[in-house]
Formats: sequence, structure tokens, C-alpha cells
Amino acid sequence: MAQAHASNFKNPVVKWIDSRLPIFTMLHHEYNEYPMPKNVNYLWAFGAIAGIMLVIMIATGLVLAMQYAANTAIAFDSVERIMRDVNYGWLLRYVHANGASFFFIAVYLHMFRGLYYGSYKAPREILWIIGVVIFLLMMATAFMGYVLPWGQMSFWGATVITNLFSAFPIVGDPIVTWLWGGFSVDNPTLNRFFALHFLLPFVILGVVILHTAALHICGSNNPLGIDPKGPQDTVPFNPYITVKDLFAVVVFLIVYAIFVFFMPNYMGHPDNYIPANPLVTPAHIVPEWYFLPFYAILRAIPDKLGGVLAMFGAIAVLVVLPWLDTSKVRSCKFRPIYRQFFWVLALDALVLGYAGAMPAEGHWLLIARIGTAYYFFHFLILLPVLGKLERPSPMPASISEPVLKGGGRVAAGAHAKPMEKA
Amino acid sequence: MRALKTVILSAAVALGLGGSALASEGVKLPTQSWGHSGVFGTIDKASAQRGFQIYKEVCSACHSMKLVPIRTLTGIGFKDDELKALAATYEVQAGPNDNGEMFMRPGIPADRFPSPFANDNAARASNNGALPPDLSLVAKARVGGEDYLYAFLTGFEDSAPEGVNLMPGMNYNKYFPGHQVGMPNILQPDGVQYADGTKATVEQQAKDIATFLTFVAEPKLDERKQMGVKVILFLIVLAGLMYATKRQMWAKLH
Repeated sequence: MAQAHASNFKNPVVKWIDSRLPIFTMLHHEYNEYPMPKNVNYLWAFGAIAGIMLVIMIATGLVLAMQYAANTAIAFDSVERIMRDVNYGWLLRYVHANGASFFFIAVYLHMFRGLYYGSYKAPREILWIIGVVIFLLMMATAFMGYVLPWGQMSFWGATVITNLFSAFPIVGDPIVTWLWGGFSVDNPTLNRFFALHFLLPFVILGVVILHTAALHICGSNNPLGIDPKGPQDTVPFNPYITVKDLFAVVVFLIVYAIFVFFMPNYMGHPDNYIPANPLVTPAHIVPEWYFLPFYAILRAIPDKLGGVLAMFGAIAVLVVLPWLDTSKVRSCKFRPIYRQFFWVLALDALVLGYAGAMPAEGHWLLIARIGTAYYFFHFLILLPVLGKLERPSPMPASISEPVLKGGGRVAAGAHAKPMEKA
Repeated sequence: MRALKTVILSAAVALGLGGSALASEGVKLPTQSWGHSGVFGTIDKASAQRGFQIYKEVCSACHSMKLVPIRTLTGIGFKDDELKALAATYEVQAGPNDNGEMFMRPGIPADRFPSPFANDNAARASNNGALPPDLSLVAKARVGGEDYLYAFLTGFEDSAPEGVNLMPGMNYNKYFPGHQVGMPNILQPDGVQYADGTKATVEQQAKDIATFLTFVAEPKLDERKQMGVKVILFLIVLAGLMYATKRQMWAKLH
């Protein structure tokens, strides 16, 4: 006998659908009653923010794709047509172009939050690795998107980055020719980059769904890094976390809007308003800011293949991070020594980013090399060793314990509430 | 610990603010005050109109502006009939006609500004090998934007400083990357007769051109900022409501 899903919904139409395809039960389970640790702070909102950014990028990108022409002869002019003649085309393009930067800002903060609170540790290893996959897909998508306007930086950025593959012995040059669809970055390259730039966001969307599915199996980590012991430690996702996330999303959108409306070209490069010219090389070829730390690592190694391997290695260490960190304690709150090194790593990433924007010579090259050395030292040596040596500070027995202790202050705030209402 | 964190966060802010300065090298650009800078700044239309006059009488002899339709000038106050009259002063190639021949016709506002040369090679041939860049986007395509344009236009020196070997046909400019530029010092005091009676000093002309080119590169600048103010005010109010809602909901929890 075929058996329908036992649905709890009252509405007969919803119930009819839900008992055949329990999508309402699933959504209710995952987004209504999904228990979140009650002590999560605003850093936990960056997952939701990144999700919103993905939706904004797909929505604006779809409309832009209706106006854009992926042909080297007219690509640049078609973008200018969007800016000048398409209704609100300037808005769509600036929202999309700055959206890429803000997507990366959200994701970088999301990742550093994971690093600080040990969100990559058991049982969340696969969740973390899926996240690294999303990051890689984002980098590929952003890189190809930057090529589409076919300005000088588009062309030369594409040339430099695709040429990286030529560093591999024997297979290198054929791979590059295959990527280009010819013997230089040209129309076939632009065409396929456009096709892939359209495709990859939907792949990202799919992987994001997996990321969320993996998250909802283990549940969210929290600032204490200890597992919830029961319902007293959690709140239902809706409305408590939805409302908190929405507030964070709106604040994030304010900063984003400041860039879109008042400094829309701040994070771009002026050279990209010059049409691509294979005969004129820009004085400095710089990638978008979100690639700069990796670009610094690439250029820090004096050998081309070594540089390429180090750059990919910088992301590969993130994949194996759950096993490199030998400490059983998740949150940096209880790791007095590692907590210092976390901030050193954050500083290191910023310094690498700055060095990546500078010409690779003189003291900037030296700084990039020191930064690169520290990056790998941090993940490959410090984390495994520190986990064995460090004595964690005492941890609370449960999430509720410190929450209730601090609750006196929160309660005092809550008492003030009726006055606000009045 | 806290100190280290402060250092890092302030470094992040400093790096972010320094970001735009990264690409500029060598000489520091003097900055001007522009009508269109700041949150509420809008394009100074009178200045942009004067800038257009210079473009028409001086720049357009060598420089194209091929991405810009003539109708764009409505944004700096040109009326429909003025635009039609202006457009008609240009000759635009059209065709082919029924006999298969291309012919010239008077321009209409929907046409783009015609280029002075048929192609880049023709432009180089007439300009001692140098290619005068297209001006449609030049205000956005140079580090420093309008400040660079102003500095460049006022930055010519009659002779190169000691020790600089100026190549034949080149001119010395304090702000041009590499300092040697094919373009001559074109702006002269009273080189144009402004229709509105403004005194045409070199500085005034440079400022008007830079304002005009900023408008041409970003014709939606005023609309963008006006919308931005509304969007951000809306978001701030929304954020306030969200925060109040969040506080109220979480208060019940304790």
C-alpha cells in the first residue's frame, strides 16, 4: 500500500500537497523550528548575508545578461550601453559589480568567524569543506565575470591568470590553449567565460543547498563552541534568528548601498574603463581586491610553478584544516594562545592583500614572502603543534550557564522594554 | 590581546581607505573642489556647458567621444530644440541608399558625437604617431579622475626640467605618467570666448572640461546620488524597526 506522509498542516490544500510531497514539513522543520544555540552573536549572520548576496547577484546578473553581448567587438560598448541607455542599467551594473565585492566581504567574515570559533571541527568537517568548494567556485565565477566588460584589466587579468596553468610541465601549454580556445585570450575565451559565468552561480546555489543541508544535520556552532545540551540552550530559528539575521542584513545593505550609490568605482580599477587592447600592457596588472592575498602568495615564490602551487596550496590547506588543528576545543574563547595567533593570521591576510596590490619588488616582495611563510606556518606547523601543547582555559558546563549568569544584565535591559513600548 | 585586535581592525580600515591611493604613483595630484563631489553634490551644469563649448571648439579637433549620444546633453540643461539645432551642425554618415551608396546627412540628437578621424590609424597619422584617447570615459579611466584631468590640463611646462631628454614632438607634463605626452599645451588664456561671459582663464577652462567629461563619463551621476540618499534613509529606518523588533522578541526569551 502506498503511504502518504502524515502531515500536521491544517490548511487542506497545504495538507494535500504536503502529504504527497512533504516540502512544507521540510521547510517548517529546517527554517521554523530548527534549533539554534541561543548564544550565537552577529557574526553568525554572515551566512544569511552571503545567501542574500548570492540571490542579488543572480537576479541582477540575469537582467544584465539580457543586455550584454559576449563578443570582443562589442562587449565593451554593450556595457556602456547598459550604463547609458538601459532603464536603470547603471543601477543594475553597479549593484552587480559592487555586489561581487560585498559577497566576498560577507564570505571572508563568515570564514574568519569559522576559524575563530572552530566551526570546522568534528562533526562539521564536511560542512567546512563544502564551504571551501563554494569559495573556489566564487573565485572562478568572479574572475570570469571581471573579464566580461572587456576592459584593459579584464583582458590582461584573464591573460595573466589563464597563463598560470602554463607553469605545469608538458600539459601546461596545451591546457592554456584549450582554456583560451585559441592561441591568445580572444573572442572564444570571452564567449566561454560568459557561458561559465552564467552557469557557475547556479552550481554555487546547488552547493549552498548542500552546505545548508550539512549544517542542519550537525546544527550550528556557537561562540562557546560547546554543543547545546537541550532545549534550554536553543531557540527556534524562526522568529528569533530570522529577525536577528534580517537586522544584520539591513545594516550590511546600508554599507553596500553607500558603495553602490556614492563610490561605485572605488573597488574597481580605472584601467577597466579603457577598452581591451592586446598591444598595450597596463603598467601594473592587479586583480580585484578579493584575490590580492592569493596574488601576493603567487608572486612571493620566485619560481613560476612553485608560485602557482603555493597559491592553490593556500586554499588546499583550508580543505584539510579540520585535521591540521589537533585541539579538541572549538572556540578561541578557551584557547588563550591560539587566540593571539588567530589575530596574527587576520593581520597576515591583510598584509598579504596590501602587498598583492603593490609592485612585486623591493621591500613589498620581502613582506609578501614573510606573509606567505607565516600563512603556511600557521596552518601546517602552528595549528597541529599548538593543539597538543596549549592548555585550554576552563569551559562552562553548558550554554545556558554563562547565558544565565550574564542574564542579569540582559534582564535589566529587558525591564527597560515596557518604557520603550509606552 | 585587546590592543592587538584594535591594531588589526584599524589596520583593516586604513588599508581599505588607502586602497584607492594604491595605484597612483609618483607625483601627488592636487585636488580641486567639485560641485559634484560629496553626498549631495550634483554636476555643475553651467560649468559642464562651458566644458562642452571647449570640447566642441578645441578638444574635438583631435579627440573622439564616440560612446556618447548627442542627446546625453539634456542632462546638463540643453532643451530639445537646442539639441536638434546642435545635432544638425554635425555631418553623419548614413546609408546605403537605394543605389547602394553611403551619403552624409545632418545629425539628429540620437546620433553619437562623430569622431574627428575615420579610425585609430588615421588619428595616429595626423598626430605624429600619438593616438588621442577617446573622451567618453576618460574621467573614469584615469587614476584620480577629474582631479587628474584638471592637473593634466594645467600641468604642462614650457620646457622639460634639466636632465630630462624630451623626445621630438613630445611635450612635458608634470602629471602625465612618464611626463612625455604627444598632446601640446592646448589651453590658452581666453583661448575660447565663453557664451555666458565667464572669464576663460586656463584654470577655469580646465575645471569646466573636467566637469563636462565627468558628466559625459557618468551621465546618471545626479540621479544615482539622489536615489542613494533615499535608499539609505529607507534602509536606516528599516534597520531601526528591525532592531526594535529583534529586541522585543528576544526580551520575551529571558
